[in-house]
This record gives sequence, C-alpha cells and structure tokens, in this order.
Amino acid sequence: MRSLLTRLVISLAWALACGACIAAEALPASDNPALEARVMKISSELRCLVCQNETIAASHADLAVDLRRQVREMLQNGQNEQQVIDYMTARYGDFVLYRPPFKALTALLWIGPAVMVVVGLGTLFVVLRRRSRLADDAFEPDDKDAPNDPHLS
Amino acid sequence: MKHVRYLVPMGILLVLLYFLRAGLNLNPKEVPSPLIGKPAPEFSLPRLDQPEQRISRAELRGQVWMLNVWASWCVACRQEHPLLVQYAKQSKVPIYGLNYKDERTAGIKWLADFGNPYTASLSDRDGRVGIDFGVYGVPETFVIDRDGVIRYKQIGPLTPEVLRDTIEPLLKELNS
Repeated sequence: MRSLLTRLVISLAWALACGACIAAEALPASDNPALEARVMKISSELRCLVCQNETIAASHADLAVDLRRQVREMLQNGQNEQQVIDYMTARYGDFVLYRPPFKALTALLWIGPAVMVVVGLGTLFVVLRRRSRLADDAFEPDDKDAPNDPHLS
Repeated sequence: MKHVRYLVPMGILLVLLYFLRAGLNLNPKEVPSPLIGKPAPEFSLPRLDQPEQRISRAELRGQVWMLNVWASWCVACRQEHPLLVQYAKQSKVPIYGLNYKDERTAGIKWLADFGNPYTASLSDRDGRVGIDFGVYGVPETFVIDRDGVIRYKQIGPLTPEVLRDTIEPLLKELNS
C-alpha cells in the first residue's frame, strides 16, 4: 500500500516536472537582460492568436516570435509599454490582451461571476430565513424509533 | 400558482442550454479584426516576381481590390487556391497576393505549380506587413475599397459560399 502511494507521488512529481519543461519560455534573443525582461513582461500580457491559450512570451509559434521581435524593437526605439499594448490591440483587437479591459462589451465577463455569487448567496439566505420562521409542524417529524439510523444512534 | 415556481429552474436551464448551443456554433479561431472599417495599413513591398519593383498602398487606391495572404508552406492555402484561380479568371476584382514569410523561390515555384490568380504578389519576407494587417492565420483575405478602407476580412480559406454570399454582394456594393 505504501509503495503504491510512493510510486504515485513519484509519477506525479515527474508529470509536474515535465509540464514545467514544456512550458519553459522561449530563449531571449538579445544580450541585454534588462530589455529582455521588459520584452517578456509585456509579452506575457499578450495572447498568441495562433495558440490561444498561450502568451506570446511562452509560445514557440512563428507569429509569437515575430511579435516578440516587434515588442523588442519598439522598446529599443524608446516606446513605452502602453504604446506597445496599443500597437497590438490596434491590429489584433482586445482579444490579444490576456486581461481584457473593462468596458460595455466585457462588463458581463468581469462582473458576471460576482453577480452570480451575490444572487446565489441572496437566494440561500432568503430560503434559510423563510424556513427558520416556519412552525415545527411544517416539517416531517424525525423518526426517532428507527433502529438503523446512524445519525441518531 | 404555487407550482409555477418549480418551473424557474427549468427556465434557467433552458436559457443556459440556449447559450451553450450558441457557443457550439462559434469558432474561437475567428477573432474579429479591429481593422474592419479602418484604412488599410501603409506598405511598400517588392513584387515577388520582380523584386526590384515595389508596390505601395498609394498605388492601389481608387480601385476596389482584394488582398489574399498566402505562403508556399501553408497547407490551407493549397486547399483554397483552385477557387482563387478560378475566381480570378472571371476578373471581377484585382487580387493581390501577400506572400507571407516565404522564400522567394519557393513562392514562385508554388505559383508555377498551382496557378497564379494574382495581379501581383507582394513579398513580405519578414512578416511585418502581415502584422500590420493583423494576420495570424494564413490564408486570410481582405476586401479593400476605393478609399483604401478594409471592408471585409476572411480568416482561413475562402469557400465558394463565402465568395458568393458575402464577397460578391460586397464587391457589387463597393463598385456601384
């Protein structure tokens, strides 16, 4: 039993390690580490449109390599992060942003989950309150004589 | 009346099912382009067949034209190509090719092998003009009007249906 558990843990560790090696980021392409850090920071905010669940920092797709090059060149030309982001959204739309901006079109996306939690908790609260106000005879009586009920023994 | 409220969960379920069903018909690969209705980006690129000759956006103004992004390495382009060749024969609209991130010789050979529907192909060797056009999935096709404004973008291969139902009516409207 124990050895099975150990084996499970080891294979899990392997799986995680391998996931990490696949997800390793692409190698930087210039020898200025400060610049590369900025390129990677912006790139990790941008979605690769070829493989949509990856950022262009993590993706090895051709387009991602090109877009990283574009980011790098723009930074080298002294443009700031906002200008790079604007450049990308002008061409690929808001979809290129991993964190979509809050506006009319995306309002439901941003506040939807919170609204659902509030509505759910509200409903639960109302139901429980209403139930607690009911008289005892509104509920079925507990069967106290039931011999095999584990909750009552 | 009391039983009506038991229908509420059913109603919610139906609404949810409706949205899930609608989601099945959406293609997440098709990202709406922010460039529709905007002027086509500025470019000046060498012709694929005559690299010493350049074609720029300004030269194409005043006519309705189509830009088809293709590459010899692109499998879906090969699938789309016969349709494009056939459509070009009807010469309803000048079709310009954007040879995207391709080797010049490979591109020329590809056209020799499969036919050349293009008025001219522009060589975008490093893909920069492609980025300006927001290209992310070759083939892509743009319809650009007389004022140089992008009116339509097709992501992925053209189909006879898209040509007939979307592009033809649009061309008619733009040319009238």
